[in-house]
Amino acid sequence: MSQPAEQVRTKPSVLSVNNIEVVYDDVILVLRGVSLEVRQGEIVALLGANGAGKSTTLKAISGLLRTEDGEVTRGSIQFLGEDIANAEPEHIVRKGIFQVMEGRRVVEDMTIVENLRLGAFTRKDKEIRKDLDMVFDYFPRLRERAHNLAGYLSGGEQQMLAIGRALMARPKMMLLDEPSMGLSPLLVKEVFSIIGTINREQGLTMLLVEQNANWALRLASYGYIMENGKIVLDGTKEELMNNEDVKASYLGGGEERRSFKNLKSYKRRKRWL
Amino acid sequence: MSLSADSMRCGEFRTTYKADTTIFPTPTSRNFAIAGVIALLFVPLVFDSYVTNLLIQIGYYGIAALGLNILVGFTGQISLGHSAFFGFGAFASAWIANQGVPVILAIPLAGLLTTAVGMIVGIPAARIKGLYLAIATLAAQFILEDFFNRAEWFTGGVAGSMAAPLTLFGYSFNTDQSYFYIVVFFVVVMYLAGTNMLRTRDGRAFVAVRDHYLSAEIMGINLTKYRILAFGVSSFYAGVGGALFAHYLGFVSAEGFTILLSIQFLGMIIIGGLGSVMGSLMGTAFLVLLPELTDGAVGLLNAVVPGIERGVVYLKEMAIGLAIVLFLIFEPDGLAHRWKQIKAYWKLYPFSY
Repeated sequence: MSQPAEQVRTKPSVLSVNNIEVVYDDVILVLRGVSLEVRQGEIVALLGANGAGKSTTLKAISGLLRTEDGEVTRGSIQFLGEDIANAEPEHIVRKGIFQVMEGRRVVEDMTIVENLRLGAFTRKDKEIRKDLDMVFDYFPRLRERAHNLAGYLSGGEQQMLAIGRALMARPKMMLLDEPSMGLSPLLVKEVFSIIGTINREQGLTMLLVEQNANWALRLASYGYIMENGKIVLDGTKEELMNNEDVKASYLGGGEERRSFKNLKSYKRRKRWL
Repeated sequence: MSLSADSMRCGEFRTTYKADTTIFPTPTSRNFAIAGVIALLFVPLVFDSYVTNLLIQIGYYGIAALGLNILVGFTGQISLGHSAFFGFGAFASAWIANQGVPVILAIPLAGLLTTAVGMIVGIPAARIKGLYLAIATLAAQFILEDFFNRAEWFTGGVAGSMAAPLTLFGYSFNTDQSYFYIVVFFVVVMYLAGTNMLRTRDGRAFVAVRDHYLSAEIMGINLTKYRILAFGVSSFYAGVGGALFAHYLGFVSAEGFTILLSIQFLGMIIIGGLGSVMGSLMGTAFLVLLPELTDGAVGLLNAVVPGIERGVVYLKEMAIGLAIVLFLIFEPDGLAHRWKQIKAYWKLYPFSY
C-alpha cells in the first residue's frame, strides 16, 4: 500500500463493512475486525486460505449467519446507506444483495426454468420472461436443457444456473462464494469470463470470494486478502499482483523461495480502519 | 413408411414458457382427464352403491391426503396429526351447519377454520424439524382428540354430533348416488387448485424450502412464513375432506380420528408418491381398496384354508402394513413414479431409450 488506494476508486460506495466482529454460538470469535468497501460497478475479490473467514464475511453480509447461530457483535454493514448487520436474509435480498452460495445449491428436483423463476421470487413485475431470455443468452448451455431437472446438470452447468438464478432477482449487488469450486480449469475459464461479461454489460457490482487467486485477480479491480479472521492486505489488482508476498503464497511463481518468516511479513503490519 | 416432418413425434417438445407450465402436457392427456371425469359421472348409474361408496371414500380421503402431501411431499415437513385436522374439519362443518348455515358453504368454512387451527399447530414448525416436529404434531393430535371428547358445545362430546345432509335448491343429497357427485365436484376443484398452486411462485417456494432451505432463504423466501403456510394449506385440505366425510355419514364422533388414521394418511402418500399430486389420489385408492381386496382374497382362500375368514380383521391390518413396507423397499417414489415409467415406456415404444 505505497499510495492510498482510495484515490483510484472514485465511484460511490455500495457496500461498506466497518470493523465487524462475528461470533458463532456465542463463543467462537471468527471475524476479528473486518472492514472492506465495494464501490458501484466494481468486482472486488476477497482472497484467503481455508478457514480465513471469507465465507463468514459473505454470510454476515447476506444475513445467513443467523441460521447458523452466528451474530455480528460489533461494527456495522452499510448497504446503500442502511445498516444491514443482523437483518433478516429476506430483507437483505429485497434490498438487492443476492448471494450465490458455495457448492451451487440448485434445487435438483426442479427444472432449470423453475430454478430460474425461483430466483425471481422477490419480484412481481412482468419482465421475468425477458430476464429468462437474458440469462439464457449469457448461458446458452442452459437454454439447450431448459426443461431438464437441475439435478442432472454437470457441476459447471449447475454453477452457471446458480449465477443465472441470482441474475433473475435483478440484484444491485451479487456475492459470489467460490464459483470455481470443483470445476475443471476450462470450465473455470468459461464461468469467469461470463461473470466478467455480466459485470461489464449489466454494471452489476460483485464481491467475489475465491481460493483461485489467479483468476479472481484477473477479473477484479480491487482485492482484499484475509487471514485468521482479519484483513491483512488490500490494494488494486496491479498492486496485489505485483506484491511479492501475494505472488509467493497465492499466485505462485514468485521470484525465489523465501523464508517463511519473510513470507508472512505483512501479517505483522498493523492494520487500522 | 418414410419419416416426414409430420410423422408422429416422440418425446416432449416445448417451445414456449407457457407450454412448460400447463397442467396437461398434450391435448390427449387433457382429453383423457376430461373423459375420465365424465366417465366417473356415470358410475352411480351403472354400479351399485357398494362401488359408489368406495369411490366416495377415495374422494374425501384423497382430498385430505393431497393436503398431507403438500406438507410432507412438497414442503418436507412431517405431520403425525393429520387425522386430527380431518376430524376438526368434520366437527367444524357439522357445527357450522347446525348454526343454520347451508352445508355447501359450511364445507369450505370448515376448511378455513381448520386452516387457522393448522397454522397455530404449525408455529412450532418454524423452529423445529424432523423427529422433533413429528413429536410436536403428535402432541397436536392428542390435544385435538381430547378437545373432541370434551368440547360438548362444539362436538357434542363423547356422544358425537349430527351433521345435516347437504341440500341444494331443495334437493337433498342424502344417498350414495347423489352425494357421489358432490364429492367428485370437490375432488376436481381441490385437485385442480392444488396442481395450480404448486405451479406458482408459492409452490416453487415450498419445494425450495424442502430441498435447500438455506438457498431458499438466500432467495428471499421467508422460511417461517412458508412453513406455517404449508401447515395452513395442508389443514385446509384436511378440513374440507373431513367436512365431506361428516355430511356423508351424517354423524361425527371422536373415535374415528385417532393416530391410526394419521398413519394411514402417511401410508397413502408414501404409497402414492411423495411430492406428486395425482399420486395422493392413487395412494388413497390403493389403501381404500386394499382391505376390500383382502376381503375378496380371504373369501376365495377360505375353501383352501378353512377358518382363515375368522382372521380377516387382522389380515386387513397386516396387508396395509405389508403394503407400506413393500412400497418403501421396491417403489419408494410411489405409484405415481411407476405410472410415469409406464407412460414413458409407451411413449418411446418400441425403443426404450
